[in-house]
Amino acid sequence: MTGAARIEALRAGALTTVQDLGRPGWAHLGVPRSGALDPSALRLANRLVGNPERAAGLEITLTGCALRLTRATTVAVTGADVVVHVGDRPGDTGRPLSVPAGTVLRIGPARRGVRSWLAVAGGIDVPPVLGSRSTDTLSGLGPPSLRDGDRLPLGQPHGEPAPVDLTVGTAPPPELHLSVRLGPREDWFTPTALDRLLSTPYTVSPVSNRVGARLAGAPLPRAVAGELPSEGIVLGAVQVPANGQPLIFLADHPTTGGYPVIGVVTDVTPLAQARPGTTVRFHGPQR
Amino acid sequence: MRIRPVGAHALLLDCTAPADVPEDDVPEADLVEAWRAELWRRREQGDLTTVDIVPAASTILLDGLPDPAATTEDLSRWAPTVTATARTASQAGGSYGTQVVVPVHFDGPDLPAVADHWGVDVPAVLRRLTGTRFRVAFCGFAPGFPYLTGLPAELALPRLATPRPRVPAGSVALAGPYAGIYPSASPGGWLLVGRTDLVLFDVHAEPPARLAPGTDVRMEAA
Repeated sequence: MTGAARIEALRAGALTTVQDLGRPGWAHLGVPRSGALDPSALRLANRLVGNPERAAGLEITLTGCALRLTRATTVAVTGADVVVHVGDRPGDTGRPLSVPAGTVLRIGPARRGVRSWLAVAGGIDVPPVLGSRSTDTLSGLGPPSLRDGDRLPLGQPHGEPAPVDLTVGTAPPPELHLSVRLGPREDWFTPTALDRLLSTPYTVSPVSNRVGARLAGAPLPRAVAGELPSEGIVLGAVQVPANGQPLIFLADHPTTGGYPVIGVVTDVTPLAQARPGTTVRFHGPQR
Repeated sequence: MRIRPVGAHALLLDCTAPADVPEDDVPEADLVEAWRAELWRRREQGDLTTVDIVPAASTILLDGLPDPAATTEDLSRWAPTVTATARTASQAGGSYGTQVVVPVHFDGPDLPAVADHWGVDVPAVLRRLTGTRFRVAFCGFAPGFPYLTGLPAELALPRLATPRPRVPAGSVALAGPYAGIYPSASPGGWLLVGRTDLVLFDVHAEPPARLAPGTDVRMEAA
């Protein structure tokens, strides 16, 4: 009996998850948005293999992974600076690669940056949950993260790979400059806190993950004591827990939270490539 | 009502009565519920374009707005009607949606602690819980986890000093002014009063959450 084409994890790596553009629109039921941490990188990988941009691919973290496909197909890898091998042959990131059936596809460890996205012609065809195939590491919705030996079904290829696409390889900068808009709870903080946020460097902490980038640096003192009743959270919200160290929420963020949000980062995608120790500076309208 | 900016594509509608304004006669929870119902209705009928409408304790988040400035104006225009609706509902004992009866085995390990906090015996706790008309104020913490309001503020309870590493799915629990039900097993710091076999979250159901915001909930001894 012939089954559907599959992709098999020979070595799953530190954290490899299925990701598409997530499941926004369910936050009122407590369902996180999830989705690729850098949607533009996943979209690009999908275009390179002729997929619709919202097709599911793999998000590969730091250590890389080794995979095998049961049908000859086209793949593309975007994101971090990694070495890709199709069998023994090195292949480039940011362009379509032909992979013969049964050949091992290896995505090496990230030399710079953290996360890569692998698109496979036809997409990863696990059953969608609430409109998305994404693994949500916070709530557990979607497929579990990949383990060695897992086999995931592939969909039917949709069309021709994009003949030309813009694949500017950008090395992650040594220092991230994030634009932040103050609010909704900047009034819970002292002027010192706002000044520190917008003028002192923070460092990405090692406990960062798909839920949020935790930062370490000058603590942000509160002007209002006590607890904030839980309220809705957006992607990029800079929440300040009791220890005063800010946390920037990423795709798997909880839908509500009880610590005040001092501001919201306009574009969180650079954080997808921010290694622990990376310096982060916030820029706001005040400076 | 105050509208707070949230990044470039969202707004937070804050229903907290400002401290410098004389006590409003509309309770915060009724105002949040009136706004939630109105915003869902407006979206349904095409007056409001937004990806998410997220009610919470005293706020509603509108996320994924194409034009927050325009929505700010709309909200100000809609405010008097919503406040009036909330006032009427509040005077009538609150506005409620679909009723769901939750069968509960009241055998939670923290029942004696709850009785202590409330200064009553365990049977009186059960009478209180089965006699309360709850409303799902909002969902959060986990998919389908309902924050149920309806208990009087003076019965608010502390969380456990040390959360349990694993609370079983279906656990009925209390914390702060809320009752809640864990849709799936997870760590948790709420006081456990019982458990239900009702499935609270099913991705194949429509809607996936059995107890969505606005739902009228009663607990019944199973």
